[in-house]
Amino acid sequence: MLEIRNLHAKVENKPILRGIDLKVKAGEIHAIMGPNGSGKSTLAQVLSGRESYQVTEGEVLFEGQNLLEFSPEERAREGIFLAFQYPVEIPGVSNTYFLKAALNSIRKHRGEPELDAMDFLKLVREKMKLMDIDQGLISRPVNEGFSGGEKKKNEIFQMAILDPKLAILDETDSGLDIDALKIVANGVNVLHAKHRAVVVITHYQRLLNYIVPDFVHVLVNGRIVKSGGKELALELEEKGYGWIEEEVASAVPVR
Amino acid sequence: MISVTEESGLYQSQFASLEKSLNAEPSWLVGVRKAAMDRFSILGFPTTSEEEWRFTNVAPISRIPFKPASSLSPRLGVDRVPEEFVFGSWPGPEIVFVNGRFSQKLSSLQGHRSPIQIENLGALLVSKPDLLSTHLSRHAGYDEHAFVALNTAFFRDGSVIRIPKDTVAEEPVHVLYLSTAHEEPAVSYPRNLILAESNTQARILESYAGQDSLYMTNAVTEIFLDENAIVDHYRLQREGIRAFHVSTLQAHISRDSNFSTHSISLGGALVRNDVNVVLDGEGAEAVLNGLYLGRGQQHIDNHTRIDHAKAHCSSRELYKGILDERARGVFSGRIIVRQGAQKTDSKQTNKNLLLSDEALANTNPQLEIYADDVKCTHGATVGQLSSEAIFYLRSRGIGLESARHLLTYAFASDLTNRIKIASVREGLERLLFSNLPGTGELETPHERPD
Repeated sequence: MLEIRNLHAKVENKPILRGIDLKVKAGEIHAIMGPNGSGKSTLAQVLSGRESYQVTEGEVLFEGQNLLEFSPEERAREGIFLAFQYPVEIPGVSNTYFLKAALNSIRKHRGEPELDAMDFLKLVREKMKLMDIDQGLISRPVNEGFSGGEKKKNEIFQMAILDPKLAILDETDSGLDIDALKIVANGVNVLHAKHRAVVVITHYQRLLNYIVPDFVHVLVNGRIVKSGGKELALELEEKGYGWIEEEVASAVPVR
Repeated sequence: MISVTEESGLYQSQFASLEKSLNAEPSWLVGVRKAAMDRFSILGFPTTSEEEWRFTNVAPISRIPFKPASSLSPRLGVDRVPEEFVFGSWPGPEIVFVNGRFSQKLSSLQGHRSPIQIENLGALLVSKPDLLSTHLSRHAGYDEHAFVALNTAFFRDGSVIRIPKDTVAEEPVHVLYLSTAHEEPAVSYPRNLILAESNTQARILESYAGQDSLYMTNAVTEIFLDENAIVDHYRLQREGIRAFHVSTLQAHISRDSNFSTHSISLGGALVRNDVNVVLDGEGAEAVLNGLYLGRGQQHIDNHTRIDHAKAHCSSRELYKGILDERARGVFSGRIIVRQGAQKTDSKQTNKNLLLSDEALANTNPQLEIYADDVKCTHGATVGQLSSEAIFYLRSRGIGLESARHLLTYAFASDLTNRIKIASVREGLERLLFSNLPGTGELETPHERPD
């Protein structure tokens, strides 16, 4: 589904990604872990098309298409969803209006009929129940005045409504208390499906107690330096990132 | 360059011919008109060297030889109010003026349950002029304002709205001024007087709308709220795109009264609105909201002045501007807290959204505080659409143009949401959604939390 080859990217002329290679197949859950500043969030932003990040080398294929040629909205319509690390407040636009507009843009792109207000409400109710999200969140303006946990839950709720093929969760677990964390994890697990892939970007192993990844990758200094199964996450939790960084330092010649 | 004498000469000769027809008016009013005209002759049109007019150059107005619309015949008669100027059918009494003159035919004053007395000033001046002497021209000062002076000298008609003691008007009142195209530049001088007696409640919309031609509206509205009166006032300006619109709203509000006014400016080439409120009794509250939308080369200037004359009063002010292309918005908000006006609670906010590199906003908050136990805050911003918000919407599949359009609409929404007359609020929302820059492929948002 997603194939990243030798991806290099910079922001404000500062190279952040220095050759990422990653393959994600439908149905898989991948966790990308790494110390602060290793490029995890940059990878998420580049995949979703943030214009302030510049790709300097490499390619990204999504279902065989050159993803980097697509605008952010085209990527979303093709089925990529990014759960933001810092969801943006949009005063004056209600969550339901926003989501209906988004969903119908995607449906239109897929050649599906747009949902009317009734059908959309039905879908919202169904997903609210599934995700354990309360009504209050839905009718308020997008993220305005939401607590950190509410914002993250709202991201997961949006994901449920928009039904993406590839969901990228950018540190969705950061700053969450255990209850919110469970709701977020539950949301991901409920949505886990054969046709969908999930990339969970996280700094902590904690979320992976609830979401079991098929693969764990460690990102250090803009490269994936180690990949493994879910046990790698536990090792990282126990030993921290230091040992990997040392391994990398000794293995890669200093330029 | 035209000298003060030359440009005011036109108005002096127009006044001389008007004077001959004032026989039916009471002598006090004729005296007021003469004094106002004299004052204009001294003041002349303001120039940008005056602080209050620093950002607004009215030279184009002074150069055009406007003639009173009442002395000209319009190109076309109006047999109904054009649909684009109203939001469906109005749910209450409606008084309509065409080119500054009352239109019996277009007005709908009968058959309403409203306790409000609505009359046209032109008729009242002849039939019951002394009723007006307590308030007419007693509030809106012309000594320092050339346009108020001109309006006072030249007004012929307008609305007089009286809300009798101890009444609540459920139905809103609409006062509509329509300007139609003339062969020559025409000016009209609408004059409104709104008197809310004690223990009353009412909602009033003043609209100004016009066809595309070169004309000017110079309007003055005086509002007096007696004790414990509640008036929710709206002013919707949709003049033609070449029009000049200058207006002054002067409100004087008494103890425990509650006055809110919402100024919405959409049309006009050069627009100047003055909104002045005096809180002259303890417990009075004033709300001043404003929304201005500029594109092309529109120039929209809003000057407000809130005068806290007594203790324990509060005022809330929120003005927002959306400026595109080469439009310019000016906001100047003065808040005066008089000596002895302790416990004043005042908050002023002005926010401007610039949609192009050439759009410009000037914002100028001015606080004058002469009491020591008060709470006054003000804040002003000039900014662009947030790139983060745009990206967030796009990352959900909403196209760039739609995202910009939706965010622009959302910027205005905390003002449209405050409009309590449903037909006005919904009509304005539709109007904004379809008129804001950007080609929105989305539907009009209509859900609201309440």
